[in-house]
Parts: sequence; structure tokens; C-alpha cells
Amino acid sequence: MAKLHKVSFKLNGKTVDVEVEPRELLISTLRERLAHTGAHIGCETSHCGACTVDCNGVSVKSCTVLTVQCGGAEVLTVEGLERGGALHALQQAFHEEHGLQCGYCTPGMLMRAYRLLQENPNPSEQEIRSGLAGNLCRCTGYQNIVKAVQSAARKLTAKPAAA
Amino acid sequence: MADTAELKEREQKLQGMGASLLRKEDARFIRGQGTYIDDLTLPGMLFGAIVRSPFAHARITSIDKQKALACPGVVAVLTADDLKPVNLHWMPTAGGDVQAVLADKKVCFQYQEVAMVLATDRYAAYDGAALVEVGYEELPAITDPKQALAAGAPVIREDIADKKDVGHGPRTHPNHIFTWESGNKAAADAAFKSAAITVREEILNPRVHPCPLETCGCVASFNKATGYLTVYVTSQIPHLFRTVLAMLSGLAESKIRVVGGDIGGGFGNKVPIYPGYVVATVASIVTGVPIKWIESRIDNISTTGFARDYHGVGELAADKDGRIKGLRFSALADHGAFNSHVSASKLPAGLFSICTGSYAIPNAYCRVDAVYTNKAPGGVAYRCSLRVTEAVYLIERMMDVLAQKIGVDKAEIRRRNFVKAEQFPYTTSLGWTLDSGAYHAALDKVLTAVDYEGLRREQAAKRADPKCPTLMGIGISTFTEIVGAGPTKVCDILGIGLFDSCDIRVHPTGAVIARLGTMSQGQGHATTYSQIIATELGLPASDIVIEEGDTDKAPYGAGTWGSRSTPVAGAAAATAARKIKDKARKIAAHLLEVGEGDLEWEIDRFKVRGNPSQAKTMKEICLVSHTGNLPPGMEQGLNAVAYYDPPNLTFPFGAYLCVVDIDKFTGETKVRRFYALDDCGTRINPMVIEGQIHGGLTEAFAVALGQQLPFDESGNHLGNSLMDYFLPTAMETPHWETDHTVTPSPHHPIGAKGVAESPHVGGIPCFSNAVIDAFAHLGVTHMDMPHSSYRVWRKCQELGVNKRPGDA
Repeated sequence: MAKLHKVSFKLNGKTVDVEVEPRELLISTLRERLAHTGAHIGCETSHCGACTVDCNGVSVKSCTVLTVQCGGAEVLTVEGLERGGALHALQQAFHEEHGLQCGYCTPGMLMRAYRLLQENPNPSEQEIRSGLAGNLCRCTGYQNIVKAVQSAARKLTAKPAAA
Repeated sequence: MADTAELKEREQKLQGMGASLLRKEDARFIRGQGTYIDDLTLPGMLFGAIVRSPFAHARITSIDKQKALACPGVVAVLTADDLKPVNLHWMPTAGGDVQAVLADKKVCFQYQEVAMVLATDRYAAYDGAALVEVGYEELPAITDPKQALAAGAPVIREDIADKKDVGHGPRTHPNHIFTWESGNKAAADAAFKSAAITVREEILNPRVHPCPLETCGCVASFNKATGYLTVYVTSQIPHLFRTVLAMLSGLAESKIRVVGGDIGGGFGNKVPIYPGYVVATVASIVTGVPIKWIESRIDNISTTGFARDYHGVGELAADKDGRIKGLRFSALADHGAFNSHVSASKLPAGLFSICTGSYAIPNAYCRVDAVYTNKAPGGVAYRCSLRVTEAVYLIERMMDVLAQKIGVDKAEIRRRNFVKAEQFPYTTSLGWTLDSGAYHAALDKVLTAVDYEGLRREQAAKRADPKCPTLMGIGISTFTEIVGAGPTKVCDILGIGLFDSCDIRVHPTGAVIARLGTMSQGQGHATTYSQIIATELGLPASDIVIEEGDTDKAPYGAGTWGSRSTPVAGAAAATAARKIKDKARKIAAHLLEVGEGDLEWEIDRFKVRGNPSQAKTMKEICLVSHTGNLPPGMEQGLNAVAYYDPPNLTFPFGAYLCVVDIDKFTGETKVRRFYALDDCGTRINPMVIEGQIHGGLTEAFAVALGQQLPFDESGNHLGNSLMDYFLPTAMETPHWETDHTVTPSPHHPIGAKGVAESPHVGGIPCFSNAVIDAFAHLGVTHMDMPHSSYRVWRKCQELGVNKRPGDA
């Protein structure tokens, strides 16, 4: 067994401390040590994006990040989108626009869309589709997901303080 | 007298049939609080990793577990020898065959299961699996089904070499599984002999894979103290799974509980009972601790239920106006190494005989020859409703082939052959009674919406212009689906009829819980079933809780696949609700002191005819039903269970039109427009239906334009990860336009048919027809899928359409 490393990072605003082998993936740490099972595993080649989380202000595929890389990082997962009992505009929009069916891609989609809108608050449809190209969905055909992101973008730009 | 506004308000409160009710499921999914199989952890749980064969066909000469057992965290290594004492190294399949659970003596497809390593965590389990040393003696492999029945071909299934029949009739060769036929060959042959026009095409439906975003897995947990087995599993068929487990394990079925939780997509991939589930179950029985097995994506694509691999020949005979007189379709079906997929025992080729499609074809014959090859087992999967994708692909392709042969427009050829609206219910020459349809109206609506004539003019102009850089194609698909398996006299799995069920309990305060025998994997059952019951009972859908998947609680059913939930379990829900309503009517009559015949139902209450102020709401009756104030002799409660054996399947239909522009120089196909009109009878939730159409069309797009599972001659899988297997992203997925007509099913309690598979079944030939139509003026009658850019580019090269003026 390889030497264990202590890693401390912020998960949805709260400090967490774990002890992991160097090879342990962030997705494993989130799901199995920290009981945050929102991020999902859909492949092992980093194509599907079901594991997408937000790390230090960028979207990352947590299946392709080693936990030992995350010392001192700010990690945001789907569990952290709802604040004070209020759903994030994206969560509400996915619901209203029927942007999910089986729900498996949804946490990854939400976290990717979150960062996309942070970087580009008023994306065109093409920019949304391109921005979500790293997140696969087998159920929805993406059309309602795009509508959901557009709806959330409108709500968020209407109330900038609530972003 | 209630005015219209009040009636509307009361109706809206119910959010019943026809409402685009937002989904109840969403609340947990948008918060990442779904409970998918890999989210589950039980105390003491071990993780199982499977050791798989690198060879497609080989003898196993040795298995050495020593290094694996010495690996930190590894607890045990199971092989076939460990399953033999409980006679579980082989298991029966839903197709009437047997399948190796862990390979004994030989392996028959690449990645076949050879051993399972149990360890304290996932990483250690995979470490251990890499250390199991298996000795193999390679054998020649068969990957081309056309070679399977050759004299002297390597025998794949030595275990059944002496079996003359594996459930579906006599075998002619060790690699032959069955031959199935339907229709009247003599009549069809006669029609061909006398026909003015005949067309014939060899049409491949390539092997593809449903690839749901979540792979398959389970947590099997046997309690040694109580003798009780619980299996949490990604299964679309929890009750059938439980029954098979009882048969396999010898445990009483009442001591087995199967739990389907949240499932991340099924599409038929999660119907079969996989070796991983069985080994995990045995491992738990042996160790007495929970065992989790979750497959990888490569495992999933390489070994679990694939779809199609039908090598077809389509023939149509017609008069000079294109009116079809005869149909002869055949297919060589590559089932892989084991016949493992769902097949009703009387229907080994599923519902393939729906291949007469939407057309009145007087003489028809079809035949399927199934063979073994050294590839993964399966065949029926991927939103196909039991081989309907194969059947509809053939007929819709052949309609275009016929149209091109006689120079008739591709929409017109369909009009000339459609079953007419007044002919329904219509019994086809292959024996299916189409319940209802209005094909002409559907097609006309689509053609008008897209300005079909304008599109054909544009296409003609582009064809006449040598400088046009694209080839424009128009694809049409006017399909009839067959879903809702099914009447028990025809449809069964391992003898168990494909009825379904609904168990409704109404609480004193007017809230309801209903449990059904189906199993959603994203179809929105918690929402749509509640809408059926809301309308039937006059109670708000928001107060109606729907449960599926726990076999301890839900009444017996055959699960969710083949778009059967609404046709069968939805009918059971309506039937059970009506039993409750009948009882409620009696209570209302008793309370209002009138005869039952004096009452009329209005949305959410019974009113006395002619005296409308005298009424009892269903909500009031719910409370009263739990008191002593009941008609003499009546039991308390408002509960009912219904088991529904459908009298027929249902036949949703549609008209799809696709416009493509193919770049002559790159072969890239751009889908300019896709217009999809679906008729699924009564529509429960338009929003949910539209979502299903989007999803099914996207999967159709994937199949037609890029998916395949290629093998080399040694049986090596050449495209079994997402590096190669085409799953469309938001970038290339087209925009979908949806439309509908409503032609209710006359035999269904609420007139509804299934819908979710229609877009896949109807979409694939639509895309394919569009691409081929782009080349039709150059004499091309058929091109096999997938129509990837490379393959289409090769066609452009072959035809010389990409020569620029001045090119050498």
C-alpha cells in the first residue's frame, strides 16, 4: 500500500480533511469518503462528464483529478448549489424546462452550466451547446437542457446579486 | 350549476391526464440526492471486480489465484469451480439457452467473465483482478455470422453440442440457434412470380449498444441469520429477476427481495440478468456480507446486452403503380455466444413480424435464422421493443428502394400503400391486429408543415447545379410501432405472462399511494401514473405517491421495457382506480340516499342528477370509507389491486421527415431539419412525451450516423470505449421539432399507447433514408449504416461527386 497523504480542502464552503493514496481520484474521495454521491461515474476515459465538479473556479472532471492535487482547493459540487433552502436558478430551471429524465447526468450538467454562466452570463445557444460538449446525456437529447440554461441565464442576469 | 371557470379550476387542481405536470422525480435529482446503485453502502460490504478473458475463443488451461489472494485488501477469488457446488456456474437465460456465469473450461467472447475478486474496497479489488493469472489456449474465432454455419466451422458451444433444440425448434448446426418464420411463403412467392416490379436489397442493421450513462451493477446482501436475500440492482425487471433468483438459488421466493432504486437510464440494457449479478449473489450467500459489483464502461459496452446485428434481405413485389403485392424479409441474426436476451418463448425473433409496417400488404413472409458467434451475447435491446427497430428499418428502407425503382415520390409511394383510416382495426397478413391508426392524416400534416414540395424543388435545383457543394437529402419514415407486451397467450418470459399490475391504497385524508409492477429508469412514472389516477379518482396528482421497484411491496409485474408501462401497467392503474370509483359511487349513493343510477361523476365528485347541490366529493368519501357509515355488508377502505392482461399490444405510429445537407468534400452530414409527428393515442403528459421524443431521436441519430461495434477476425473488440463509440454531445445533436395527432387505442382503458421507443424505431430509418436520398439521383439505392462522415466520404469518392472543376 502506498504512503497516505493528508489532504485538506474546502467542500461547498466547509473544510474537509482526508487521508488518501496518491492514486485516489477526487471522484472516489467525494463519493466514498465524503458521502457526496451527487457526482457520478459514467465512464473511465473522461468522456462523459457525469463526474463534473467545480474546482478553484473551473469545471473539472473529478475522475481525472487526483485528490492529492486538491490541497487547499475550493471544491463546489451539486450538493452546494442550494443555499439556505433556496434552489439555484439552474436547478429550478432544469426542473421547469424538463431538462432531466433519469437524472444521472444532471449533477455534472448543473455544475458545468454553473461555471459556464459564471464565465459567460449571456451565452448564445451555440455557446451553450459548445460549453456543455463535455457532458453527455442519453435521455434528453439536450434540447430542454439548453432551454434550462437559457432560462437560468435570463433569471441570473435579471438579478445580478443573486448569482 | 358549476360554471365553466369553476370546472376548469377543479380540473386544474387535479393536474391529471393531459397536464404538462412538472415531475416529482426532479426534486432529488437536481440536488444530487438520487439513490443509484453505486450510491449504496452497507456495513461490511465487499467490492467485487471481474477478471475477464482477453480472447474471444479459447480454452482455459489454468487459473492461479495465489498472487491475487496475497494482494492487500483481497478477501477471496471466485471461479467456476467455486460455483459448481451450488450448480450456479451456468444459468438459464430468458432466451431458453444457458449462459456461463463464470467461464468453465472455455471462453466464448472477448471480456467474458472468468473470475471475481472480492476485496475491502474498489481499488484493492481491481489490484487483485490484475493479479489473477489465467492460462489460455487460443482457438479460432467466428466473428462473421455468415461463417457460423459453414461446414467445419469452429464449434462455439461445446456445452450444448448434443442439444438438438435450445428452446426454439431444431438446430441444423452446432452454431445454429433457431430458425423462425411467419407468414405464407407460398403466397408470397406467387405474388413475386406474377409481380410487375420486384426490388431486393441486402440491408445490414449493425451491432450497436444502448450505452446508458449509468453502467450495470448490484449490491447483493444475504443475511445468514434470517436466510433472507436482498439484491439492490440496476434491473428493469425486478419481479422477474426475483423469480429467476429463486429458481437459481433454491431460496424461497418469499425470502428474496429485489430492489430497483434510481436507475441512470436503461434502454433495454438493464433487462438481462448478467453473470456479475449472479456471482455477487453467490458471493454474498457464501460470505454472509453484502457484495457490491459495479461494471466499468468498457465492461458495459463489451459484454452487456447489445442490439441489432441483423443481416437482412428485403424484397418487395409491386404492381407498376407501386402497390405492394408481396413482401419477403429475412435476416441472419448474430446473437453472440449465448442466446441471452428477452424472447417470449413463442417469439424468438421478438415482434419482427411487424415488418409489414403501416402498409396493407396482402402476401408476406419473413424468416430469421439465428446463429452463435464469438461475440458478447444479446440482440434485443436499445429502445427496440423486441426487434421492432430491425423490422421497421427494413420496411421503411424498402419503401424508398421501391419508390426509386419505379420513379414515384417517396411520400406518394407510402400514401398508395397505407392502411386506410377506415380499415382499423386492421389485421396484417403476418397476424397482428393494428388497433387504430390514421396514417394519411399524419403524413399530410408533416408534409404541409415542412413545405415538402418546396423542399423537393430545392433539391432538384441543387442537383442541377454542379457548383453546389452539398448533396441535399430528404428522408421520410412513416412507421407503425408495436408496444405493450403483452397478451399472456402470446407473450411470456420463461413462461411468466407479461401482464402488469397496480395496487392502490387511498388514505382517509384523500392522499393515495399506488404501487406498480413496472420500473422507471427516467421515464417519469412517479408523475405520469399519478396523473392517470388523479383523473380517475378526482384526487390531486400532488397527493398521489407512486412506488415501483421493491418486490416486497410492489405487485407482480414484468417491468419496464418495450414501451410497455403505459399500455399495460397504466391500464392496470386505470382499472384499479375504477374499482375504487365504483365502490366510492356506492358509498356516495348511500350517503346521499339515492340510487347509484341517479349519480353522475363530475371531475372530483358525484352529483345527484337533477339536483346538483347534492354532491359528495371523492375527498369526503375517502374519510367516510374508513368509518362505519357504509352500505350494509360493505368492507371499509378504498383499496384495489388490478392485474391487467392486455387483449392486444398497442400500435403507436408516426410520420417523420428529415432534411440533410451532406458536404461533398468531407462526407459530413448536417441535419438541417427534423420534424417528428407522433401518435400515441391519449397523451398523459405532453411535456414528458416531448422529452421522450427528443431523447429517442437523439439515440436514433447516434445509431444512424455513427454507432457500431466493430471486431477484427480474432474477435477483438475495436471500439468498446467512449473514445470510439459515438455518443452525441450537445454540439452535434440536431434541433427537434415535434408534433402530434391523437388516435386513441380502442382496447386500452384510457386509450393510450406507449411512445418512448417510437422516436428511435422511426428515427433511424428516417436519417438513413435522408442520407441515401441525397445520393439517389446518382443511382444509389442503399448504403449501410452507420453514415459516419468517413463512410459517406468514401461514397462521394466512389461516385466522383467531390471532383472540383480542374481536378485531375
